[in-house]
Amino acid sequence: MSKRLFVKGNEAAAMGAVEAGCRYYFGYPITPQSDIPEYLSREFPKLSGEFIQAESEVASINMLLGASACGVRAMTSSSSPGISLKQEGISYMAGAELPGVIINISRSGPGLGGIDASQADYFQSVKGGGHGGYHIPVLAPNSVQEMYDLTMHAFDLADLYRTPVMLLGDSVVGQMKEALVPNPRPVRDLPEKGWAVRGKGGAEQRVVKSLFLGDGELEAHNWRLHAKYQQMKEKECLSEEHDTADAALLVTAFGSLSRIAHTAVTMAREAGLKVGLFRPITLFPFPERALAEAAGRAGKVLVLELNTGQMVEDVRLSVGAGVQVSFYGRPPGAGSLPSPEELFEVIKKHYVQAPN
Amino acid sequence: MRYDVVIAGFGGQGVLLAGNLLSYAALEEGKNVSYYPSYGVEKRGGSATCTIVIADGAVGSPVVGHPSMLVVLNQASLDRFGASVRTGGVCIINSSLVDVATLDRKDVKIVPVPMNEIALGLGDPRMVNMVALGAYVALSGAVEFASLAGALKEALPERNHRFIPANVKAIEAGAEIALGKKA
Repeated sequence: MSKRLFVKGNEAAAMGAVEAGCRYYFGYPITPQSDIPEYLSREFPKLSGEFIQAESEVASINMLLGASACGVRAMTSSSSPGISLKQEGISYMAGAELPGVIINISRSGPGLGGIDASQADYFQSVKGGGHGGYHIPVLAPNSVQEMYDLTMHAFDLADLYRTPVMLLGDSVVGQMKEALVPNPRPVRDLPEKGWAVRGKGGAEQRVVKSLFLGDGELEAHNWRLHAKYQQMKEKECLSEEHDTADAALLVTAFGSLSRIAHTAVTMAREAGLKVGLFRPITLFPFPERALAEAAGRAGKVLVLELNTGQMVEDVRLSVGAGVQVSFYGRPPGAGSLPSPEELFEVIKKHYVQAPN
Repeated sequence: MRYDVVIAGFGGQGVLLAGNLLSYAALEEGKNVSYYPSYGVEKRGGSATCTIVIADGAVGSPVVGHPSMLVVLNQASLDRFGASVRTGGVCIINSSLVDVATLDRKDVKIVPVPMNEIALGLGDPRMVNMVALGAYVALSGAVEFASLAGALKEALPERNHRFIPANVKAIEAGAEIALGKKA
């Protein structure tokens, strides 16, 4: 095992990108993710990488598109308002089936909002934030170690499925420091990038595009993309469960809030309440089956989010009509981060109302 | 064992460095740690807060609503966090800048430490945070003092290593006062 380092979540994500072989970064600074470009601007020159602070978020996502079209591992990062600006480019990348990693250390909104931890970008992230009806894999780390591990995983998913992949965090997982074991990149079988443009020379022409004007061409393209999303749902769902085997109430939370919820669930267990925790790690594909199973056993689900109710919709779709779903939200903003003690009180209230 | 503490003051008092040092020391001892700085639109002169959780097992929530110990370096932080300390907990207060009498709690142990005077007495008012850290470690036993000295090397850039002996002295001074060894 390598030595344990003590780093910020944002730095861990940047280190994970370096370990994953990413050598191209394009971005524009914004709180609370600027540690990522800060780290990479320091490290990439030593690794013969390219770091570009672009003139805007729109420019940086299109630089990512261009680098990716050439077949290299590349990334960008930003925070909510900046990610909104990138949506057009993400849609084009999804349409042109270009891999790439986008990190969103999200903040509160709408509009300029604030810089506090928020989960209000769930819809934008998982439902296709740009136009055209696409999906991209979305990973939600809840620790510094996962900021590192899931960034590496994001690059692999991007190459495996030829898709942009998003890592969705907030200032809690981005600014928090914890121990990090910088494990080496896992070995995976990745497809050749036979589609990447490289200067034609005498060889066949390769074209990277998202424009399909031929008769029936675009419909076929959309069905093919759809099939890819179905394949992700089959193969790439990740989730974590604690104390769910005998739970009468299943608490569900993702990202930073799942850490607070976990402690609240532990408090509930110590108080003799049969409460479990289900944490989706992939928000798209949403771990429907695993959640349906755990929720079916418990009969009742309590969804916790740092917003006014977004993931709860996917939870309802996953668990079906037989399971009672309730929601507790803390919309974003200064002072809106609930403590474990507060969530424990919420759990107690919902537990009392649970049948049997 | 599990230790949690909120350290709070105004920007410039070195609250975040104190939290970092404590975390490094715990990490060196093989423990699990989370260090969570408050992250608002805060700057020099504004408020600075960090929450540290040290555990043998999983840290769990990096956010703590009712800390077992609170270290406050200025009045605003006592006003804001004084009521949150868990019953039976400990409140270490920088009595140089804070009116200790404003904390109306009979259910917590209140430890006034004149941090600014101690730091000044040692020749550098900037070592207020080290005095605070020494007081906390003495009363909590969260980490060994030797680990703190080692952590200074990790947390401080090389060019500042010459200040380590003075900082260690400040940590010791804070500890002695907190334990009531010196008046």
